[in-house]
Amino acid sequence: MKLNIKGAFLAILAMSAAVLVGCEPLLVLDPKGPQAEVQANDTIMLMYIMGAIVLVVFAILIFMLIKYRASKQSPDYEPPHIHGHWLVEAICIGIPVIIVIFLSVQSVKSNYLVENAPEEYADQEPLVIYASSSNWKWHFSYPEQGIETVNYAYIPANRNVEFKLYSYGPITSFWVPQLGGQKYAMSDMVTTLHLAADVEGEFWGRNANFSGAGVAEQTFEVTSMSQEKFDEWVKEVHETAEPLSEEKFEELLEPGHLGRSTYTGTHLEFAPAPEHNHGNSDADDTDHSNHEGQENHSSH
Amino acid sequence: MEFFERFMVPHPSFLIYVSMVLIALTSIAIVVGITYFKKWGYLWSEWITTVDHKKIGIMYLLTALLMLFRGGVDAIMMRLQLAVPDNTFLDAQHYNEIFTTHGVVMILFMAMPFITFFFNFLVPLQIGARDVAFPRLNNLAFWLFFMGAMLFNLSFVVGGSPDAGWTSYFPLANNEFSTSVGTNYYMIAIQIAGIGTLMTGINFITTIMKMRAPGMTLFKMPMFTWSSLIANLIIVFAFPVLTVVLAMGTMDRLFGTQFFTIGNGGMDMLWANLFWVWGHPEVYILILPAFGIFSEIITTFSRRNLYGYNSMVWSMVIISVFSFTVWTHHFFTMGQGAMTNSIFSITTMLIAVPTGVKIFNWLFTLYKGKIEMTTPMLYTIHFIPLFTLGGVTGVMLAMSAADYQYHNTMFLVAHFHNVIIPGVVYAMLAGLTFYWPKLFGFMLNEKIGKATVWVMSTGFLLAFMPMYITGLDGQARRMSTYSEATGYSTLNMVSFIGAGIMAISFIMLVWNIWYSFKNSPRDIGSDPWNARGLEWATHTPIPAYNFAITPDVSESTSEAFWDMKKNGTKLFKGKIEKIHMPNYSGLPFIMSCAFFLLGFAMIFSMWIVAIIGFIVILGCMVYRSFEKDEGYYIPAEEVEAIEKQYEKRGAK
Repeated sequence: MKLNIKGAFLAILAMSAAVLVGCEPLLVLDPKGPQAEVQANDTIMLMYIMGAIVLVVFAILIFMLIKYRASKQSPDYEPPHIHGHWLVEAICIGIPVIIVIFLSVQSVKSNYLVENAPEEYADQEPLVIYASSSNWKWHFSYPEQGIETVNYAYIPANRNVEFKLYSYGPITSFWVPQLGGQKYAMSDMVTTLHLAADVEGEFWGRNANFSGAGVAEQTFEVTSMSQEKFDEWVKEVHETAEPLSEEKFEELLEPGHLGRSTYTGTHLEFAPAPEHNHGNSDADDTDHSNHEGQENHSSH
Repeated sequence: MEFFERFMVPHPSFLIYVSMVLIALTSIAIVVGITYFKKWGYLWSEWITTVDHKKIGIMYLLTALLMLFRGGVDAIMMRLQLAVPDNTFLDAQHYNEIFTTHGVVMILFMAMPFITFFFNFLVPLQIGARDVAFPRLNNLAFWLFFMGAMLFNLSFVVGGSPDAGWTSYFPLANNEFSTSVGTNYYMIAIQIAGIGTLMTGINFITTIMKMRAPGMTLFKMPMFTWSSLIANLIIVFAFPVLTVVLAMGTMDRLFGTQFFTIGNGGMDMLWANLFWVWGHPEVYILILPAFGIFSEIITTFSRRNLYGYNSMVWSMVIISVFSFTVWTHHFFTMGQGAMTNSIFSITTMLIAVPTGVKIFNWLFTLYKGKIEMTTPMLYTIHFIPLFTLGGVTGVMLAMSAADYQYHNTMFLVAHFHNVIIPGVVYAMLAGLTFYWPKLFGFMLNEKIGKATVWVMSTGFLLAFMPMYITGLDGQARRMSTYSEATGYSTLNMVSFIGAGIMAISFIMLVWNIWYSFKNSPRDIGSDPWNARGLEWATHTPIPAYNFAITPDVSESTSEAFWDMKKNGTKLFKGKIEKIHMPNYSGLPFIMSCAFFLLGFAMIFSMWIVAIIGFIVILGCMVYRSFEKDEGYYIPAEEVEAIEKQYEKRGAK
């Protein structure tokens, strides 16, 4: 019985390895923008380093188990009393410390990269999109273009997009894995997420933070296209879409799932975002004087 | 909401009704059974009122095992729901309640009592004490914990379970978005159990600091006692934060305060911060005693001393300090900026260093040893590589920029199960198997035991390794369903099969206990494993007073019993004298019942009942403050007579 189980155990290890190798690229490891690429590169680097650590531990463990098994030793063998050795302990502390220092430097670098506009697009004016969540939808407001969409966003490729995130309700998390990692959207604060797409295409996104019964289907799509096509789309929206009225927006906020919809004008005009500066990265500003937006939400 | 509507479960489901009937039938069967066998008196006088640390320990153990199975059923239901895309086995509300209760039950009502069982059972024996410092407080701590656990479990059939996740983030957890009384249960049941845990913390710090046997300096304490001391220190520092934040949450839900509301100055992330200021140290409260257990086992079955005792101790001290400096890594994505994230990223990664030291120390304890692959040792040997895997994925999560991609995904779920199951659960089961003969006087079957470990590890890998992959593929956690198009279905099916195999391993554990109870020999003496610690130096079954003569370890190392066996060091000097013992008391139980009543009444806003409960609690306190209770003495002759009986049985 024991041997069979051991066999099964090994078979499973082999199988999981096969699954890992045989898959299509996983979303996180298939970046389509500079921010996601930073994160994917970090992940792959981490996998190698961490894999090496696991292998070392496995190797030492297997060596010890084979060499010092009681069944391989004479019955009168008495294990010695070993207290420790400064050199061994220095190595056991030293190597992890070196790894941690290396990873810390890398981590700090990556932090500043993902918290700021991507370097290659830093000289351009960013496109600002307010992405606010309500149960269980995403509202995308383009204040500059004067349009608003529900559950989908069009963005120009090769341009930095600043998503300004906040929520009409529980904390949600805005996540488009192929463009970059997620960030929280909260009711009392606007957070900024810099994303950009290197290529044109459709990218799937979702609310990754549990926010109640309908959260599983709280997904959206981000489509990146050339700047011309984007401008064309904006023009088209202005020609065809209905204006977003306050009543219509209230209606949209009602809990439930909706398909896509498009409007001219944004809700920011009559319901401004809860901005009070500490959404900016690294601004330790705790100024709470501007609570206008917040009062607006208390009615929901 | 109408008064009686509050008691209804918010999602009428066949499963719930079946469970209600089963719970009712089981309760009736237990009551009838105890009455039929006339065991009420025995239960009251031997168990409910006991102040004996060993019996209290066993009661913690029973609660932990019970909750392990309850939490396990939750887990199976979750994996079943996710096994195929677009499944309708559970509706979203039901699924949300199940993952919430799974988390709370497993962490607070399974893992916590399991380690508290080891605190209770082992610490006084390992330090050569007669009992804990405050035996009656110990009884109260257990009953408060137990009443909290039962209150929480009641939510399942009366009023509906909490549905906002085990972290219960506001504003989702507030009345507006979590309308059933479920989250009231969460706030109040955990509060009551938490007060009990805080008492345990104070009790064991005092016990370890004040009641060590003569000659036992701090650096001669067994490793498990060290880990208990550190864990209890963390409890005393961390649990008050939980007490406060739960009180604030309760007030928000019941009295309309605005701590965590949307608007009116409420700050939702304040809950998250305070919760994790407690929550992160909490995982070290669980894992450090687990490390202690593994250290005891690995030395016993390598037949040599622990490598690097001092660095083991210091690494625990450092971990305990660091554990309070990393809470923000639970929400790197909150938008606090690159600077804050960098600081917490580094402090988090630093924890890997002392933890790594411990792994290497265990590995070097095997060096030049004489390794015997018993069941507890097999758990330990599986723990090392599996836990290392969980540890390194933890380092991955600590890289805050990359964490933006792992946060809230199945990758995270895989990570923390990968540390908690091989770390805590394996340690508890290994320790249980290891100390079983000391507890009950017979061994568990080795063949079934080893098979259990292999089945468990197989199930574990199948259940959790796929989650790393689906997480990197964008599967967010806590989602009750997913579409076919996501491509997660194969791996989720594998997870479900893995969960099923793990379930089989737990059934094997039960079967082992039953099988061994029927078949194992009873003449195994008091030291069947040829072990090393002072806890094995007493008889089996352990007499009420633990040691007839208090051991003196001034000439021993941290492995006093081993020194006695190998070098003939004298442990028991002096002669038998009368022994002072504490009296049993029913007051803590009555007071805990009043806490249960108060909690239940508050959950349903029944204020008159709540006031009655509160008055009874106060009454118990007043009564206690006027009570004269100086314990009693076991006369020297009686101790001698008991000791003689043991000698006759040759069990020493």
